[in-house]
Amino acid sequence: MKKPAPIRPAAMAAALCILALQMLPSAHADSGRAMPRNVPSAYTQECAACHTAYPPGLLPAASWNRVMAGLDKHYGTDASLDATTVRQLNQWLQAHAGTYKRVNEEPPEDRITHSAWFEHKHRKIEPATWKLASVKSAANCAACHTGADRGEFDEHDLRMPAGLNARSRRAWND
Amino acid sequence: MTRTRPLALAALCAWASASTYSQAADTTAAQQLAHWSAQAGSPGNVDKGKLLFTTRHGSEWSCASCHGTPPTGQGKHASTGKLIAPLAPAFNPKAFTDTAKVDKWFRRNCNDVLSRECTAIEKADVLAYLNALKP
Repeated sequence: MKKPAPIRPAAMAAALCILALQMLPSAHADSGRAMPRNVPSAYTQECAACHTAYPPGLLPAASWNRVMAGLDKHYGTDASLDATTVRQLNQWLQAHAGTYKRVNEEPPEDRITHSAWFEHKHRKIEPATWKLASVKSAANCAACHTGADRGEFDEHDLRMPAGLNARSRRAWND
Repeated sequence: MTRTRPLALAALCAWASASTYSQAADTTAAQQLAHWSAQAGSPGNVDKGKLLFTTRHGSEWSCASCHGTPPTGQGKHASTGKLIAPLAPAFNPKAFTDTAKVDKWFRRNCNDVLSRECTAIEKADVLAYLNALKP
């Protein structure tokens, strides 16, 4: 019988250190891209009625400010709300807006999907994939990201959208 | 004084839950139909409601673009793909049970489809159509 190798304290400390470092970005609610814990119920009710509840860290504060000031013309639809709710939601969005590296850049039209990091992450997706009936647009995160409604966009929780052609299916895990 | 506090607290809780409840379900689809018909001075018309619901009115979208035709099953947001609960009350017990929500969505969606707010008779017609849809 082989004895299990004793755990070396130095290796243990190093592993713990790496773990802690990996967890650090999400611990900073004001700069991470994860969904903060204190999501206002109005955010889920109002914003997530039409689209994914985008984590506030995906846009910089100035972009959120413009989005909330123009809800009556919200990317082609009227998403107007009462002034109190707008103020409450904007305060929360400002407090948790993205400050991390490229999220800090204000994307064209204040669209998350026009952010440099978004385009980079999705650069291998074929144009036809975005147009699938099961996807409709890049705003439909949940078409592929199964944890989108919880603000989880981990690459391991992806699913293939229905109707993907054979070539894209083969390339899916690349 | 201290003896009345739990009672007062209980009363406050009861009031809070009652008011929350009345906010979440302060109306019904039938009441909404009656309300808009009364305001228009004429009863809602099922056929006119159906036409209004399915016509694009010169814009990109109709009501049916997101809610489906007929709106008895799950709808899908025309641009984001987000699923929408069935609109016809017989297929969704929560539909048209919250006045604030009804007003908000009529305002937004009429703006999107008709590029203006809907009139009382238009809302009455749409409700007459939706209420007439049965399993």
